[in-house]
Amino acid sequence: MATQQTTAAGRILVAPSVILLFAWMIVPLVMTLYFSTLRYSLLDPDQTGFVGLQNYTAFLTDPNFIAALINTLILVASVLLVSVCGGILVALLMDQPVFGQNLLRLMVIAPFFVMPTVSALVWKNLLMNPDSGLFAWIARSLGFSPVVWFTNYPMLSVVLVVSWEWLPFASLILLTALQSLDEEQKEAASLDGAGPLSYFGYIVLPHIARAITVVILIETIFLLSVFAEIYVTTSGGPGVATTNIPFLVYKQALLNFDVGSASAGGIVAVVLANIVAIFLMRMVGRNLEG
Amino acid sequence: MAMKQSVGKRAGVTILAWVVAFLIFFPILWTFLTSFKSELDAIAMPPKFVFFHWTLENYAEVQSRSNYLHFAFNSIVLSIGANLVGLLISVPAAWSMAFAPGKRTKDLLMWMLSTKMMPAVGVLVPIYLLFRDFGLLDSLLGIGLVLMLLNLPILIWMLYTYFKEIPVDILEAARMDGASLLNEILYVLTPMAVPGIASTMLLAIILSWNEAFWTLNLATSNAAPLTAFIASYSAPEGFFWAKLSAASTLAIAPILILGWFSQKQLVRGLTFGAVK
Repeated sequence: MATQQTTAAGRILVAPSVILLFAWMIVPLVMTLYFSTLRYSLLDPDQTGFVGLQNYTAFLTDPNFIAALINTLILVASVLLVSVCGGILVALLMDQPVFGQNLLRLMVIAPFFVMPTVSALVWKNLLMNPDSGLFAWIARSLGFSPVVWFTNYPMLSVVLVVSWEWLPFASLILLTALQSLDEEQKEAASLDGAGPLSYFGYIVLPHIARAITVVILIETIFLLSVFAEIYVTTSGGPGVATTNIPFLVYKQALLNFDVGSASAGGIVAVVLANIVAIFLMRMVGRNLEG
Repeated sequence: MAMKQSVGKRAGVTILAWVVAFLIFFPILWTFLTSFKSELDAIAMPPKFVFFHWTLENYAEVQSRSNYLHFAFNSIVLSIGANLVGLLISVPAAWSMAFAPGKRTKDLLMWMLSTKMMPAVGVLVPIYLLFRDFGLLDSLLGIGLVLMLLNLPILIWMLYTYFKEIPVDILEAARMDGASLLNEILYVLTPMAVPGIASTMLLAIILSWNEAFWTLNLATSNAAPLTAFIASYSAPEGFFWAKLSAASTLAIAPILILGWFSQKQLVRGLTFGAVK
């Protein structure tokens, strides 16, 4: 197959990518690790020195960190729940032969292409504003008093916005998986007199199980890093109610100028993401064999 | 299942599908409509859906007051430029891994993928400090570099899966005819690979256009793209909904259209070939 000449050429062709990615990820990561063991504040750059694991103990015992960790997990879990369950329903619906199917699919996928800062600000102002937002008008029309979303239910509000962004992604991937279900299986099931529920449970769900896993893993990777939506709506507040780990690290680094502590937080985020990444990599790797 | 549905059930499913799709799409439609209202109409209660005085003044204001075109220009330069450079680097890599795989090609691919799993905050501090020291903060070069590197693993992966589908026999025939490596790439591989490269580029542009962690942290004004421009509306003065809507519509319209063309590639690109 591959001659020696092409293998050598191959190495040269791959080299730039490898070197660049190495410089982009591994080198800074090592620097982060190094910084995380230093006393290093940009406000007081002369005061440096090795402090061992002190930044980690400080970061991990900081009540704000615990809050941020819990917020991160709540955000990821809630959005996953909404987008995966909702995505299955939407995908099933879009898979039906209805009038204008293509147009419907375009409408459903659209939110995924909206930049995060736009989604967050449009939802916060045009829809969820307690005085003139559309939700307030609907609530008043139905005789309820409007919800003061971002003040009273900050985390729920962020979850709503982020779910709206990710529901289309889940729907699209699951729809793609659904469409590969072959017609014969569908016919066989209907000839056997399978009801809609047992048809879903025994045929559809096993068929899309793999796609669901992929959706969960990929969304988790992205959801662990939600930043812009929080940045433009709540700035992590009120208090630390919507501060997740990325936002906390950003605050430590670029607002409090505490490099040591922010680096420790960054490493914690890396460890969290890696737990998920290992599973995802395994699934993708298995696919590579085939 | 779908064959013997009654007319009534069909109509029910159709209506339900339309209602659900409309609800999901509604925030975008609402933004679009609001962008043509006066600021007073934009906050009117009860809301005005289509019967208001339609105006283009918000679009004019967004440009004259906050220099929209400057940010739009940055977005275009960054998302296209970064990914063109990215293609130059990733096409040869993907080519060699697809057609001349070595023993470690698979490990290499997995390693590249793993760099994409790294949360940005893990490297925010050193990148920020390096950029500060090299004067790259708020420069098109610096932000472009980051966007290029962010997409590099996705570019390589997508191209790799497309190249894998090209029949190897044709390449070997070209090799037998004495085509050099360069000619092989230019005249045999490229024409067959262009559709795959184009779809890869499309998805990469969408991802760069919407990237909002690094652009918010590393760019302030000179090199700020539309993501950062829209973020400036988070602390505005006075009435601003109609202007926010106009700016938002301008920021998302081009990418929405590109996105609709790239649905299929999206699935492939974002799942790294795990779902096709």
